[in-house]
Amino acid sequence: MAFIKRYKLDSLLLPLIGLGAFLMLWLVIAGRIETRKAVDEFGDPVTKTVKTGISPDLPTPGETWKASKPYLVEPFAKRGELDQGILAFTKLSLILVMQGYLIALLIGTPLGFFLGLSKAFTKAMDPIIQVLRPVSPLAWFPLGLVLFSSVKLMDGGGKTVFGASDAAALFTIAICSMWPAVMNTAVGVRAVPQDYLNVAKVLKLSKAKTLFKVLLPATLPYMFTGFRLSLGIAWLVIVAVEMLTGRPGVGGFLWQEYNAGSYSRIILCILTIGVVGLVLDRLMSLVEARFKTA
Amino acid sequence: MEFLEIKGVSKGYGLPGSRTEVLRDINLSVEEGEFVAIVGYSGAGKTTLISMISGLLKADSGSVKLRGEEIMEPSPERAVVFQNYSLLPWLTVFENVALAVEQVFPAWSQAKQREQVEKYLAMVNLTPAAGKLPRELSGGMRQRVSVARALATEAKILLLDEPLGALDALTRATLQDEIVRIWEQDRRTIVLITNDVDEGILTADRIIPLSAGPGATLGPSVAVDIARPRDRRALNHDPAFKHVRKQVLDYLLGPGGRQKTLVSRKLSLPDLLPENLNEPRTLFGVRRKPRRRSEEKLETVEV
Ligand SMILES: Nc1ncnc2c1ncn2[C@@H]1O[C@H](COP(=O)(O)OP(=O)(O)O)[C@@H](O)[C@H]1O
Ligand SMILES: [Mg+2]
Repeated sequence: MAFIKRYKLDSLLLPLIGLGAFLMLWLVIAGRIETRKAVDEFGDPVTKTVKTGISPDLPTPGETWKASKPYLVEPFAKRGELDQGILAFTKLSLILVMQGYLIALLIGTPLGFFLGLSKAFTKAMDPIIQVLRPVSPLAWFPLGLVLFSSVKLMDGGGKTVFGASDAAALFTIAICSMWPAVMNTAVGVRAVPQDYLNVAKVLKLSKAKTLFKVLLPATLPYMFTGFRLSLGIAWLVIVAVEMLTGRPGVGGFLWQEYNAGSYSRIILCILTIGVVGLVLDRLMSLVEARFKTA
Repeated sequence: MEFLEIKGVSKGYGLPGSRTEVLRDINLSVEEGEFVAIVGYSGAGKTTLISMISGLLKADSGSVKLRGEEIMEPSPERAVVFQNYSLLPWLTVFENVALAVEQVFPAWSQAKQREQVEKYLAMVNLTPAAGKLPRELSGGMRQRVSVARALATEAKILLLDEPLGALDALTRATLQDEIVRIWEQDRRTIVLITNDVDEGILTADRIIPLSAGPGATLGPSVAVDIARPRDRRALNHDPAFKHVRKQVLDYLLGPGGRQKTLVSRKLSLPDLLPENLNEPRTLFGVRRKPRRRSEEKLETVEV
């Protein structure tokens, strides 16, 4: 063990062991395809393929790879609306997530500031926020459809480019992912050291100057923690939203492949969602760390 | 008319009922250009007092006046060097000072504002550190930025709240000299809060002890009639130094010292009676309670 530690192999070796164990478990659950020679009722020899395993419908890693390969080797291919390379789908999902996420930040950050600044406002809003926060995207989406039922933007050719379901999708992503940004901003504003506020008071900084020169910079580290958590939720919600709308994207693709019975590609989608989520979180962590040191 | 005049000021914290009076009957007048040191125990209410002069806090009763005008709110004409520097950590040294200058002299041209910042950074020997962030500086350097920020606003009065409290002895000594040097340049009124009598003796014209809290009040002020520049090496044997120190300490350790609190509480002596070991301890599975003399109605005593 000392040898392994010394060469920092453990940070490479141990994850590999973990990965190996995970694949083993997958193999055990999915089982193997076995070809058996048998004799049918007419006495003819036939070969039968049987799948052994705890959950025989689950594709094996090999099958998953084979079925996913076309989507991976040509990641940006567009063969049809719901038959695109995996990165093309990811891009579509990301665009939608970013739109909803931006709306969440544009509403959530000022809301958080007001909550942090005013005790009365906090008291007034707290019960509503506590009730709305745990509501699932699946519950918000129909409400979004109702709210925006009259939204219909058409292009020159009379084709709808932005309809009720698009509005509802953005609404769902925004309202689900808003809360960490709201809460963290509020906590950050409340945590601004009295010393900084005293400096602002002694210099008689105006309200606007106090906000931009003192409150905002002092709150930034908290805000970015909230923004990172919000982005995680937005990405979590996207799958549900795409499933409900049938929009092309990673989630939409996943649902379509489930309905089509090609389970291998579900696994491809899950892995993609996981990896993209991880990358987004890491990117936000980098931004967050930059503000932490300030 | 006095320059700064504090009359009958008291201040407490907390809601009625659980309120503690921190300062009571504070009277102080400071002349223009005077360097006054207030020496007191930690927790006595020194920061509270300076906050009332700066306008960050309002007195519960009494009045705080500057040139005859009641102090109602903070203002850059009363510059404060806070106990914990209070530099904005996301601004560089230059920007921290510039924020104050831009705010106080908005009509000045950018070049003139810049010049002002540079002048005061040079005064505290921080020109080379102008582009650094506060976290890259030592405690002494941060405190000097804080002093530069206060000076650059050209305030009428400087309120220094234990500015050197967190520094090591050597840095302290250097900065004490620096503060005196700057004060001698343009003789702006300074109220220096400190917990170090010697610091007051070395820097101030007058030392006023603040008694220990709660309900702290100012003691008799002691003039420091010692010619400047004062030599800190003479501190321990020069009779003039020793005399001032004795007067201040006599108050702080005597009438202005920590009050001994008297608490009266009822003493209860143990009154358990010895257990009779011949009787079974438990009766029907219930353990007998210990017998107390105060609860016994009938006691049999063998004579
Ligand atoms: N905002 C506050 N609320 C309640 N008590 C306070 C507050 N500020 C200070 N105190 C109390 O008042 C007393 C004096 O505090 P302070 O003026 O900071 O003392 P010093 O600066 O002399 O160390 C202390 O006992 C402290 O606990
Ligand atoms: Mg203090």
